[in-house]
Amino acid sequence: MTQASLGTGSDRPAKMVRSGPWRDGIRLFMRNRTAVVGLIIVLLFIVLALIAPWITRYEYTAQVLADRLQPPSAKHWFGTDDLGRDIFTRTIYGARISLWVGFLSVIGSIVIGTLLGIVAGFYGKWVDMIISRVFDILLAFPGILLAIAIVAILGPSLQNALYAIAIVNIPTYGRLVRARVLSLRQEEFITAARAIGVRDARLLFRHILPNSLTPLIVQGTLGVATAIIEAAGLGFLGLGAQPPEPEWGKMLSDSRQFIQTAPWTVIFPGVCILLTSLGFNLMGDGLRDTFDPKLKNR
Amino acid sequence: MGSYIVKRLLVLIPVLFGMTLIVFSIIHAIPGDPADTILGEKATEQSKQALREQLGLDRPWLEQYTAYLGDLITGDLGRSIRTRAPITEEIGPYLAATIELTFASMLFAIIIGVNAGIVSAWKHRSWFDYVCMLIALVGVSMPIFWLGLMEQWIFANKLHWLPSIGRMNQRDPLESITGFYVIDAMLSGQWSQLWTVLKHLILPSIALGTIPMAVIARMTRSSMLEVMQSDYIRTAKAKGISQFLVIYRHGLKNAFIPVLTVIGIQTGSLLGGAVLTETIFAWPGVGRYIYEAISNRDYPVIQSGILIIALIFVLINLLVDLLYAWFDPRIQYK
Repeated sequence: MTQASLGTGSDRPAKMVRSGPWRDGIRLFMRNRTAVVGLIIVLLFIVLALIAPWITRYEYTAQVLADRLQPPSAKHWFGTDDLGRDIFTRTIYGARISLWVGFLSVIGSIVIGTLLGIVAGFYGKWVDMIISRVFDILLAFPGILLAIAIVAILGPSLQNALYAIAIVNIPTYGRLVRARVLSLRQEEFITAARAIGVRDARLLFRHILPNSLTPLIVQGTLGVATAIIEAAGLGFLGLGAQPPEPEWGKMLSDSRQFIQTAPWTVIFPGVCILLTSLGFNLMGDGLRDTFDPKLKNR
Repeated sequence: MGSYIVKRLLVLIPVLFGMTLIVFSIIHAIPGDPADTILGEKATEQSKQALREQLGLDRPWLEQYTAYLGDLITGDLGRSIRTRAPITEEIGPYLAATIELTFASMLFAIIIGVNAGIVSAWKHRSWFDYVCMLIALVGVSMPIFWLGLMEQWIFANKLHWLPSIGRMNQRDPLESITGFYVIDAMLSGQWSQLWTVLKHLILPSIALGTIPMAVIARMTRSSMLEVMQSDYIRTAKAKGISQFLVIYRHGLKNAFIPVLTVIGIQTGSLLGGAVLTETIFAWPGVGRYIYEAISNRDYPVIQSGILIIALIFVLINLLVDLLYAWFDPRIQYK
């Protein structure tokens, strides 16, 4: 029993502190200052992406050739690009694309990776051998290179870049879940559930999966940062979003020839990629420290 | 150790087969007729048929794959559609350029990363520690293609300190002996050219090496913090050995095992990052070779480039596993 529940001895009734693994986790996370900074950065970009149409009076496709390559000013906060488009507008609309690709590709990787990891870890034997070898083969390619190969097959587009990033990252989550299932399989509560005749599907999705969520959340948060950079990388190579989509990587590659005369065209989209990725990394580190304090120094 | 090496090599066989299967499938997975995609819809039926025959697309799938494997074993990577030259001959200089860049990037990452990590652990919770870890954190989140552009803008365009693109001054070419320009310049005793080559290497190496540097610094710091609390370190300190020797001679030796794993993983990921860095710095490496092949829909080159990089990636990982087992013999018995 905690001191709070026993009372502190004063006349005032003691404040009850609600406890539970998730509440404790949130409390610990909120105490981690760098993680909170990460959360604020991420929330800021999410809010900007959501309210983009209300905070800018320009369309992201609107071209005003008379205003081309204008430096940052009160009229154009981040300046304009070579087609006279407002870079601030394009950057905040770009946040929609990057966050969408980041979240969706990670969700896709987690869903498929988790299913494969659970099946491999739970059933073992030849099923595990086949799935694990497929993971090994996919991991034998540097991530961005495999993504390039997939987009080269499917054709350049934002949607195909999203598929490519999701496929490339499946083994990361699959291996994580497989390892977790292997250790959980030995736990007494699983043996007990089996003894009372709980079916495999129920055992997997009601008992094993919920106990594998923590490492998935941590890895998923860090994974969004990687996915955003990978999507921007593919966009930069012309393999992701196509014009006139305001994707940050594509904006960088379109503006790189003007870097000497109009550096703002390159600075702002790049800073946005860096900040969102930093935000997710700080959050991921914070979550890892919260759920696994042994790794705090890493 | 011998049986461990054999075991690791046996595990590698299915992975290598799988890799060739994926790379082989690149052309076959193209939706519709690959000849249409490669030559464009306006190409004549005759030229499309010729291409199908050249790539073997008119034969059964299994026959194509076995022929492909047979060619690979004999070192035949096929011909480029664009230049019509054998890829095995063409890829050599590109490969040398990528290896040189990767090596320079890793050298930068290890020297700066390991030392920053050590000093951060040594001066734990000091301003140096905080600044280093902040840089490392930003470094891990850095889009390297943007960092490359910023480097070009500041150090090449604004300050004119370093060249912004290429491997060498085009007007003063270097006679290629090994393909590695640093070595070639030293072998031919052309020291002014060596300086030019090194100047061309600096910006792309920093861009490519920044993420590994940050990851290595973080890992070295955490590993050193753990080791520095060990009893044998306390004993070494009690014996009056200087702080420097305790850290670099006793501490680093044991802290280095996890750092080595990270170095291996990062060296592999550098090969992927090379595609972006080489594109920005017009570095004539395999990454740029693949990028240009994608623009030209030169699928045999895309296949071979990806296969070669993946193969190097796998071999580096194998080497790291073996080194890991050599440093820590307990690994072999697990």
